[in-house]
Amino acid sequence: MPRHALPLSEEFLKGVWKENPILVQVLGMCPTLAVTNSAINGMAMALATSFVLINSSLFVTLLKSLIPHQVRMGTYMIIIAAFVTIADLVLAAEFPVISKALGPYVPLIVVNCIILGRAEAFASKQPVGRTLLDAMGNGLGFLMILTSLGAVREFFGFGSVFGLGLLNQWPSFHPWVVMVGPAGAFLTLGSGLGLINYLARKGGA
Amino acid sequence: MELILLFIGAAVINNFVLTYFLGICPFLGVSKQLDTAVSMGMAVIFVMTLTAAITWPINHLVLIPYNLPFLKYVAFILVIASLVQLVEMFIRKVSQPLYVALGIYLPLITTNCAILGLALFADLRGYRFVQTLVFALGAGTGFTLALVIMAGIREELEFAEVPGALRGPGITLIVAGILALAFMGFAGLGG
Repeated sequence: MPRHALPLSEEFLKGVWKENPILVQVLGMCPTLAVTNSAINGMAMALATSFVLINSSLFVTLLKSLIPHQVRMGTYMIIIAAFVTIADLVLAAEFPVISKALGPYVPLIVVNCIILGRAEAFASKQPVGRTLLDAMGNGLGFLMILTSLGAVREFFGFGSVFGLGLLNQWPSFHPWVVMVGPAGAFLTLGSGLGLINYLARKGGA
Repeated sequence: MELILLFIGAAVINNFVLTYFLGICPFLGVSKQLDTAVSMGMAVIFVMTLTAAITWPINHLVLIPYNLPFLKYVAFILVIASLVQLVEMFIRKVSQPLYVALGIYLPLITTNCAILGLALFADLRGYRFVQTLVFALGAGTGFTLALVIMAGIREELEFAEVPGALRGPGITLIVAGILALAFMGFAGLGG
């Protein structure tokens, strides 16, 4: 693969759209579905994940010549788990409300396939600068999807976006409770994927 | 009685896949064929119960008495990764056919969020040792149940005419959503 031939801007942007971790690679689904019952939760989750992704990618790429090939997965896991612990403690100390809402899904960032995937597929082979761009791009792509998914579900389920009353100002509004429940997560993301595929095809053809 | 309720609760009411979204990756990836879904489910039940049996003593006998709970995530993930490795080696020595049947699914279990999720949930809810084991068994059964149902539906889906844009992950997610709706009906069964 002529990866190194990519221009730097492309290295950053591919994670945002062309190789978006959720839309295209379908990775990291558990947090995507679990915490996006409101826009703010989705955003907080994505920010925490991006923090871990960027830092662990940086560490992996800096240490790549020191890590023996046979135990690389274990080493990556420890690096990731260390940063997740940091993220978890910081969230709990600074934003207790959000930390409570996200619950065990913050520690579950450890097993988010996006992070291990980027470490194995990219950070362990590429130079520092590119790795950072790649991690930031993927983080941004993740942030975009999680926030919009959260916003859509919050809009239908609570009638608000980012806690801002919109639909629920309307007197005869009935919250569409399913949308903030588990079923709504699957349905919204499924239809969203379909819609994006449809638009992409129409644009491409 | 309490343990039976715990089992049913973990298996159907709060199904790991359909209400907690744990183990979605294998749920979407491995649910294309019924027989692989069953093998995967069995492997997960096995590793999950073992994980519960090992992480509980580590957490309660080592981490908590020595004031090291911040090492919890690192410790748990290490236990899971090495456990999967051990189980893989053990099965390869003892039963070659089972090893071939499980194939690549065994190593994949390491990154199955359901396993780590289980250890975290058991810790969060302060379960005792036996409760943790039953919880693990129930959660594993629930995972298998969801995976097998999904595989059955997807085998039929092969013959259905799915709109082009929804083909692949799109339709799978929508089917999962409808399944989750159905599982919401279990909510009345218990606490």
